[in-house]
This record gives sequence, structure tokens and C-alpha cells, in this order.
Amino acid sequence: MKVPFERVVAEHSATVLRVCRAVVGRHDADDAWSETFLAAMRTYPELPSSANVEAWLVTIAHRKAIDMIRKQRRIVSSMAIDTSSTVASPSSKNHELWNALQSLPDKQRHAVAYHYLGGLPYLEVAKILGGTPEASRRAAADGIRNLRKTYHDMEIQETSR
Amino acid sequence: MKTKTNVQQDISNLLAFTAAPPGAVDRLHRRLEEAAAGAGILDVAYTTIDTPIGTLLLAATERGLLRVAFETEGLDLVLDGLGRKFSPRILRSPKRLDPVAFEIDEYFARRRTAFDLALDFSLSSGFRLAVQKYLPQIAYGTTDSYKHVAALVGNPKAIRAVGTACATNPLPLVVPCHRVLRTNGELGGYLGGLAVKSALLKLEGAS
Repeated sequence: MKVPFERVVAEHSATVLRVCRAVVGRHDADDAWSETFLAAMRTYPELPSSANVEAWLVTIAHRKAIDMIRKQRRIVSSMAIDTSSTVASPSSKNHELWNALQSLPDKQRHAVAYHYLGGLPYLEVAKILGGTPEASRRAAADGIRNLRKTYHDMEIQETSR
Repeated sequence: MKTKTNVQQDISNLLAFTAAPPGAVDRLHRRLEEAAAGAGILDVAYTTIDTPIGTLLLAATERGLLRVAFETEGLDLVLDGLGRKFSPRILRSPKRLDPVAFEIDEYFARRRTAFDLALDFSLSSGFRLAVQKYLPQIAYGTTDSYKHVAALVGNPKAIRAVGTACATNPLPLVVPCHRVLRTNGELGGYLGGLAVKSALLKLEGAS
């Protein structure tokens, strides 16, 4: 049986927002979330009742995110990037984590977001990203390793300060 | 001294810093309500209101009020039913119900004796629909009998069917099935319970 869409939103809203934040960044996450749920609501009546709703939503979010990232990169490449604004404040560690996540190769960032934040099994992650579940698992593991390297570097910087 | 970070620690760091900021989910919900209504895909908007007879669920399509439900019916069950019988594109979206909530408030404040709302009878058909469309003609503060209503809608023998039409009225209160009693003056039945039925009649000064 198809549950009212309100229950889909209530159940998956926070997780999909988390995934959007990880994939497109904090500033565009709201737009990605909104486009995802609007598109999902449009086609919800046709969704088979046996479908994995979380995987379906993350798949839509992925497509929306790809579109947005393409747009972002067009904008960013036309602007000079100002690196002098990285001030050492209490929030700068968080800021660094965001930057680390955003600078991961797309496939690693997507695999980390969909598996660890979206809670999808690698079988579902692979359906979204293409390739084998094993390749998705490796991409997620590489992503976590690269992120850890960033934390570690930051911790060394902080202790040597 | 640094201990070696493990993957679990990394994941919990990630979860902590990607978590939705406070209020974000509610704000995005409101944005979705507006976008869905604007795109014409908010098939059913609903809200709940508190009244002297308890919480009521109000649900409306673009065409009008689709369902009024009592808390005792189980609000989740009612929404499930709307999803099955009408459309699963349902969101909690109070805005569309503002005029309905306003008139119901006036009704309970004894400042309104008739509802002036667009109604969507999509959940009813056939004889039941004919009965339900007739009921608003029973004036505030008066009652009628199942038997008389059966005669008025053109089927004097269908007394039980009138009872069923009242019992399955998707728009209680607004479509006043509470004003239909047994010929001997007994209350008969009511979806919201007999206590609610007599409370409404008392409010209207009909008991």
C-alpha cells in the first residue's frame, strides 16, 4: 500500500537533507532537497509499492545534485577564488571538514554520502553510481580514508599551534 | 597524545557535521507545500484543528473540502484511506484549510449557522451522494428523520441506506448528518460517537 506522501517526507526529510548537504554543500542543499522532493511527489503515484523509498529519493537527489554541481562549477570557474579568507576561528575546523568533503573526487563523495549518510547498501549505491557494488564500497572506503587524512592533518596543525 | 581514529569515529564526525540545522526541516516542508501547490500536484492538503468536540482532521483538494474526520477514527488511518481512495500526494499544509478552520471556529462560537465552503464529494457516489448533497438543506437548529430524508431523496423504502449514507458521510459537521435522527427521536448513530452528536445538537439548540 502507498502511504501518504507526508509520511515519506516525515521519514526521509532529514536523511535526504544530510545527503544533499554532503553532496552539493551547505549553501545549495536546500535547493537540492526542494527539487528532489518536488520531483519525487510528482511521480510518487507511479512508484511501485515494493520500491525502496530511501534509494528512490537518493537516486533523484543524485540527479539533481549532478545538475547543480555542473552549474556551480561553471560559476566558480568564472570567478577568482579567494583563499585569504580562511581565518583561524573555532568554526574553522568545521569549515575545513566541509572543504575536505567538497574536494573529494565526485565518486568518493557520492559513495560516502549515499552509503554512510543515506544508509543505502552498496548494491543500491552501485545502481546510482554505475559499476559494481565492490567498486562503490572501495570508493566509499577511499573517501573515508582521504577525509581522515584531512582530520589528521588538521589535528597536527592544531597541536603544533 | 593522539589515539588512532577508527572508521566509526570518522562516520560519527561526518554525521555530526552534515546534520540538518535546527528548523531546516520545517522550513523546507513549508517550501515544498508551496511548490507542490503551485505545480498543481498537491492533490490533498490537510491539517488538524482543536475544537470543543476534540481534534478534527480537515483535508481538501483544489476543488474543495474532501474530508472532515474525528480523532476517534484514527487520523493516520483516515490519511491512509485518502491515499488509497483518492491520491497519495498528500501533505500537511494548513494554508488551504484556513477558510474551513475559520468557519468551523465561528460555528463553535455560535456565530455561524451555515457553511459557505466549496465541497469536493469525490469520496461519495450514487444514493449516498444524493443523501449527503441533500443534508445541508436541514437547517441549523432543526432535525429530520432517516425515514423522511429517504422520502425526500426519492426512495422512501431506503431508510437503512440513508443511515449508511449518514454513517459514511466524508464531511461530518459541514454536511450536517448529525441533524438526522430516528423517527422516535432517538439519536441513531454517529461516526464521531453519540456524545458528539448530542453535543452538536445542543450547541445548535435543537435538543
